[in-house]
Amino acid sequence: MRTTAVVIGAGHAGLAMSRRLTERSVEHVVLEGRDVADSWRTKRWPALRLLTPNWMLGLPGQAAEQPDPDGFLTAPEVADLLRDYARRVAAPVRTHTTVRSVRRGCHGYQVRTEDGAWQADAVVLATGGSSVPFVPACAAALPPSVAQRTAFDYLGPDSLPDGGVLVVGASATGVQLAAELRRAGRPVILAVGEHVRLPRTYRGRDVFWWLRATGVLAERYDEVDDLARARRLPSPQLVGSAVPVDLAALVADDVRLVGRLASVGDGVAHFSGSLRNVCALADLKMARFLGRADEWAKASGLDDELPPPSRPSRTPVPDRPCLSLDLAAGEISTVVWASGFRPDHALLDLPVLDRSGHLRHDGGVVTDARGLYALGLPMLRTRASTYIHGAPADTEALADRLVADLAR
Amino acid sequence: MTTTTPDTDRPVDNGVNVAALLSARDALSEAPAAAQFTWKASCTWQRGTHSRSTVDGFAGLGTQHRHTSNYTFDVDHPECFASADNGPTPVEYVLVGLAGCLTAGVASVAQHRGIQLRSVTATIEGEMNVLGILGADPDIRNGFDRVTARFVIDADAPRDDLEALLAQSQKRSAVFDVMTNPTDVVVELV
Repeated sequence: MRTTAVVIGAGHAGLAMSRRLTERSVEHVVLEGRDVADSWRTKRWPALRLLTPNWMLGLPGQAAEQPDPDGFLTAPEVADLLRDYARRVAAPVRTHTTVRSVRRGCHGYQVRTEDGAWQADAVVLATGGSSVPFVPACAAALPPSVAQRTAFDYLGPDSLPDGGVLVVGASATGVQLAAELRRAGRPVILAVGEHVRLPRTYRGRDVFWWLRATGVLAERYDEVDDLARARRLPSPQLVGSAVPVDLAALVADDVRLVGRLASVGDGVAHFSGSLRNVCALADLKMARFLGRADEWAKASGLDDELPPPSRPSRTPVPDRPCLSLDLAAGEISTVVWASGFRPDHALLDLPVLDRSGHLRHDGGVVTDARGLYALGLPMLRTRASTYIHGAPADTEALADRLVADLAR
Repeated sequence: MTTTTPDTDRPVDNGVNVAALLSARDALSEAPAAAQFTWKASCTWQRGTHSRSTVDGFAGLGTQHRHTSNYTFDVDHPECFASADNGPTPVEYVLVGLAGCLTAGVASVAQHRGIQLRSVTATIEGEMNVLGILGADPDIRNGFDRVTARFVIDADAPRDDLEALLAQSQKRSAVFDVMTNPTDVVVELV
């Protein structure tokens, strides 16, 4: 089978790209292993809501149109939104078509699926930045008596064996699961490495309002000081509701904080002694951002209209943080790995990854692979690229580039 | 790199060549084998608890390096442990290592961020219950219960910026990492 462009993945990024290609009369197909927006139906825990408010959910050819612009969609609602969007833009999606490999063809690329191979001049990778949960190697050393879950197979507090839970990772996923488990009455220990602390609202406005107003979301990949670091930045400690889930709030709910999980040996988990410093780093960084927000408010004449500046209190770090925990002692029945997600590049049969397994690309244009593009990765082109909000601009830029490359 | 403070326009000079460090980072990212370093010390028993260690070279950037001189370190236990006190105790060397590492980090990060330092002093304390090393109580560990480093920094910068210097220097410190995270240690008879 032959087409001009193959888009892999029918999530928000792939569908938005499809719309951009249709606008430009580029013949294409969207290949999807299961159903449109499948991850939002099958790989998200029941209580999950988007971190980003509804006003950020505009897509190419479709304004953000939820009734409550300041609300947060549940995962099934996101899936419905994308299913409806796919219909509205008449995206040529081939569902239940799992891509096996992408390799160079005689012209462009050969995309192999279970149902045969596609020849295409261009391929757009839109499988996202969070395709696989990352679980550290020390998971293998856990005692067999301890159950293990990732964010993909965690189905709520009732789905876990009775007893205490060690949540590993304190980014958006980890703090949300820790809060939910604690509310369900579970003893919870949260292992905290480097993290990003942000208040849900500041001076009466949602934090994403501030991130947009101050220009942070629009910061481009080719303008930031340290791009590798910006691309590794953990997701902020936020939940899609007004409830704070930063460490201060969790400690107030009796979640016990420990340092980053450093190793597991003889059934004992060892935690880093750096808890105090990672909390200090996050507090200082948040204060810098809020300072930038206050400066922006002054400069744009909004200072008097908004409630006065304030600073959240410092993260309360235990005076003597626990450094080791016997996992075989029975206090902990489950370890929940909230230690991050990774893109899945396994289907790429092309020399396009660096030695750490990251895709080498320049704003989504894959390096040394003409006609290959990526979407939906953290800080792909701007800080907004991490979110659905980034899709309209990213797909527009990359669709223009794709068309220009086809003409070369 | 020459950075300037906005109020004075005098170049910030903490004596750290940040440009060289940044270009080394870029170069070594492209040549991972050269980034593999081995640090070395050798030690000879003197008498009693007294030993003398020397540090004269290390390996890295694909080659052997020599320090500009051979450094020697006497290590001993104090008189209250019935020793001759020919030098600091091993655990005090650990504190020296942490102090040196964090202070170097403060100077480097300050240079990078355009903060002129006038003085940096630090006091490092390690608390230890010696019943552990004496083998008197198996529930007490041998090492430190807690290490506290107190820095006094005189510089042209607000307190938040100085706290950020300290936080960043911990984040990038080898000795802080050695002390806060487990390390695989091999000790063998040759």
